[in-house]
Amino acid sequence: MCLAIPGKIIAITEQLDETFRKGKVSFGGIMKEVSLYMVPEAKVDDYVLVHVGVAINIVDEEEAKLTFSYLKSMGEVEELDTPDSLKTNP
Amino acid sequence: MKFLSEYRDPQLVQEYIKELHRITTKNWTLMEICGGQTHSLVKNGILDMLPEKITMVHGPGCPVCVTSLSVIDEAVWLAEQPNHILCSFGDMLRVPGSKKSLLEAKAEGADVRILYSPLEAVELAKSNPSKEVIFFAVGFETTAPANALSVIHAAQQNVVNYSILASHVLVPPAMEAILSDEANVIDAFLAAGHVCTIMGLDEYYPVAEKYKIPIVVTGFEPVDLLQGILMAVNQLEKGEYTVENQYARAVLREGNKMAKDTIEKVFSVSDRVWRGIGSIPQSGFEVNERYKLFNARLKFKIDIPFAEENKECISGDIMKGLKKPKQCPNFGTKCKPEHPLGAPMVSSEGACAAYYHYSSDTIMQ
Repeated sequence: MCLAIPGKIIAITEQLDETFRKGKVSFGGIMKEVSLYMVPEAKVDDYVLVHVGVAINIVDEEEAKLTFSYLKSMGEVEELDTPDSLKTNP
Repeated sequence: MKFLSEYRDPQLVQEYIKELHRITTKNWTLMEICGGQTHSLVKNGILDMLPEKITMVHGPGCPVCVTSLSVIDEAVWLAEQPNHILCSFGDMLRVPGSKKSLLEAKAEGADVRILYSPLEAVELAKSNPSKEVIFFAVGFETTAPANALSVIHAAQQNVVNYSILASHVLVPPAMEAILSDEANVIDAFLAAGHVCTIMGLDEYYPVAEKYKIPIVVTGFEPVDLLQGILMAVNQLEKGEYTVENQYARAVLREGNKMAKDTIEKVFSVSDRVWRGIGSIPQSGFEVNERYKLFNARLKFKIDIPFAEENKECISGDIMKGLKKPKQCPNFGTKCKPEHPLGAPMVSSEGACAAYYHYSSDTIMQ
């Protein structure tokens, strides 16, 4: 569960002030809202390593793509896709 | 080597293995700290490719495995109170408590939800103002900034019905606990890459110096792991001991300053009980005085007796590298992922579950 998954910043979605920023990040097509609080210098089109909804580092594009394809082949990106049924209490 | 063709760079893997065989002259025991690394080593069949003289033992770096029984019981208790919503990472749900797991509590009607991020739990609290929303904040240094940030978000937006049950653990004190054990067998460590993305390298130098032990910060892909092992064995063979960074593409020497500041803002260092190992001084994070309103332990009067660990589970010896999963008499018999005796059989990053799922002889069975 300590894995961080690389994704591409598609848009800055919320900017309360200089530090409280959120972005839409694409993980091979799966879109997630991610906090950009820990990467104040990150901008749209940058690749970031994301751990539990928070970007923790900016990474090189080529490297990000290779890492993502490795993680995908190993079945490690499933945690991005928690079924909505588990987030609620039926 | 059935997975070899799937590696990012099969040729590089072969070169590292060849070089390892060439340079290894003595018996060495290496410990990888991180459960993600254990998972990768076992799943990719790397253990079978190493020279016989190199033994890999699997460290305590799986938050699911080291969260103590009493803390699981606290989480179950919090989940079972009326008007509470207990949120957790999915991995924690099946970990057995002294009476039940969170999953069993959920089946009995408790409102337990799996979330991907603690920040989602703050949103959940905002949309359920009449309920108390508690996030079960486990994890190593990698996860601490996100959990801390959820508290900062909640405080800033005055989300008073949000709190966290913190059970954070720290890598360097655990390394020291393992190294200072009389029975210690570890010659070198592979430190956990993403932990160091946050914390940097500085805190590892004194450990390397004090115990005269090589520490190589390593990633989790097969090529990373082989390169990390090669760097560590190279130091050992030359009689050197220092900190090296195999994972420079994701780890800076100083770590991530913003993330470290966030941790410091919300948490203070505290003693922590590790499941199977016992209490390690100054080895965890607890919510500090400034944010005490968001500390579930202070907010609710959790009323449970202290829980003793299951004596049949040898997870402590496994996480200290003294025993391998298959040396446990209950491995694969009384203890299986469907009915685990202890936590390392629960998480896929736990050493026992990794061996159970991917080792060749259990797959054959």
